Amino acid sequence: MKKIAIVLLVALLIGALYVPALAEADKPFAGTEIKVYNWYDYIDPEVLTIFEEETGIKVNYVNFSQNEDMYTRLSTGAEVYDVIFPSEYMIERLIKEDLLAELNLDNIPNKANVLDSLMDPAYDPGNAHSIPYMWGTLGIVVNTEMVEEPVTSWNDLLNEKYAGKIFMMDSVRDTVGLALKNLGYSMNSHNQDELAAAGEWLMAQKDSGVVGGYIMDQAKDMMAGNEAAMAVMYSGDALYAMEKNDKLAYVIPDEGSNIWVDGMCVPKSSQNQEAAECFINFMCRPDIAQKNMEYIYYSSPIKQVVEGLSEEEKASIAMNPTEEMVARCEYYVDNSDVAYMYDDIWMDVLM
Amino acid sequence: MKRSWYATPYALWMLLFAVVPLLFVCWYAFTTPEGTFTLANFQEFIKPRYMGVILRSLKLALYCTALCLVIGYPTAWFLAGRGFNHAQSLVVLILLPMWMNLLLRTYAMMTLLDDNGVLNAALQALGLGKLKIIGTEGAVLMGLVYNYLPFMVLPIYTVLKKMDYSVIEAAEDLGCNPLRVMTRVVIPMSVPGIVSGVTMVFMPAVTSFAISTLLSNGKLRLAGDLIDYIFNQSSNPNRWNIGSSFSLMMLVLILISIGFLRKVDPDSEGGGMW
Repeated sequence: MKKIAIVLLVALLIGALYVPALAEADKPFAGTEIKVYNWYDYIDPEVLTIFEEETGIKVNYVNFSQNEDMYTRLSTGAEVYDVIFPSEYMIERLIKEDLLAELNLDNIPNKANVLDSLMDPAYDPGNAHSIPYMWGTLGIVVNTEMVEEPVTSWNDLLNEKYAGKIFMMDSVRDTVGLALKNLGYSMNSHNQDELAAAGEWLMAQKDSGVVGGYIMDQAKDMMAGNEAAMAVMYSGDALYAMEKNDKLAYVIPDEGSNIWVDGMCVPKSSQNQEAAECFINFMCRPDIAQKNMEYIYYSSPIKQVVEGLSEEEKASIAMNPTEEMVARCEYYVDNSDVAYMYDDIWMDVLM
Repeated sequence: MKRSWYATPYALWMLLFAVVPLLFVCWYAFTTPEGTFTLANFQEFIKPRYMGVILRSLKLALYCTALCLVIGYPTAWFLAGRGFNHAQSLVVLILLPMWMNLLLRTYAMMTLLDDNGVLNAALQALGLGKLKIIGTEGAVLMGLVYNYLPFMVLPIYTVLKKMDYSVIEAAEDLGCNPLRVMTRVVIPMSVPGIVSGVTMVFMPAVTSFAISTLLSNGKLRLAGDLIDYIFNQSSNPNRWNIGSSFSLMMLVLILISIGFLRKVDPDSEGGGMW
């Protein structure tokens, strides 16, 4: 009896030594922990579990709700992150301030899956620092049952018939940006007069009492629950709300709007760059991108996923805007040199 | 070991997490980002854009304190009543919500008061119209009163409970009617509790944060939200300095109210809770 026990014990010990050795071969980063800093509600949590199982890398997953918040946490060095998900204008700024590591693209072979139109962008030539994660536009979600007239312009957000039922975003670039665009200016204006005019438009909107609130993540639930008539939203949130309420429609106003890309980057302060690149590569895998898209409803830039869209999805303005619509839209450019002007306007509106 | 050493862990804790950060705040408040001395950060405070927020905070905190007093005093009087056997359990009921996180309670409040929330659903079921609550100043005020009411009831209750009932009997024997017993005996004797309650409601209300943003759908922000915005989202290169100067001003406001409390209630009879 004793002998059998010893044999078993020895076998177990050998097995215990052998299994990790086996795992080591295809899990080069097993045991590493990476800190991933992403937007709230912007991943299928299951994807993280699959990643941990496949690679043995432990993911410490934390969230932000605005680029500016993320920038503050990162730039003060309060914490060290391994993968972050900034929007394109923030990527540009982070590159300028030398806060991003240069990616070793050999470690990210799945970059070949990304739509060519989104590769080699002006904000990050050659994708030296970022790989696109999701992309989309900014627009108005309309409850077509509550709102009788067709919505085609940002000015429809002034309609006093829907006082208290129109929701704006609690986000300086988007809200000041749409006011600028509405007046025919660039969303990246550096001109004091143009910005002042945009500020007046927003103040007039607020003072007229049409604005029900300046919110972020709650907007999709309010639209889905028929609590709001119109809300400014990112296309992905719009798709989420439209999925839950078929009376909703998404509009990219005639004046034009913002087109954005959220990228995946590795901060310079990261100690685990290779494991981080392994994570980025994983996120570009078609089956994983598909899972994320189905969960968060944003448009994935992965070719295989786009090709697999249904006819209905391809026809959706929020999921797949036409080329003509995209042409009306504008990327944000880093505005940190005039950010105080945007801030002044925004504080007046918000406070 | 000397008895005075027993508090060492707490003293270290305070040093590390209260005194040192406070010194940082003072340093930032009086310097530029380059580190030279300046008072310019405090000039920001009087800009109309910020003044509006400060005044709104003061106004709402005053309303909140007044409402808490009007609701809380009779409650405390009722609880402290002689021959009332269930006082302890009711006090626990009043304390109960305080065991839950303030943000959770505020989120619960949002669900209750929403346009299609529980309250409006009930009103509609009764054939009454809907009430627009969330997004108004009234919602913020309700949230503040709801969160801070226990801080008013408890100190007043403590003082009334300790009061010698024979004083009231004496007043009655000497011919006071119930109203005069209240105005000439009970209320004057409970002043320490009132002062304590008023301070303990006013202080957190004036510096409150997140409650107003949530209940007003982001339309009404208070001083606490302003400081949060300056620190976390502002693109101003002086944001830490301006934010610190604002924090310091709020601290001064709190110190003034504590000084006021000491003056009216020198022996902390109102069960000083700090």
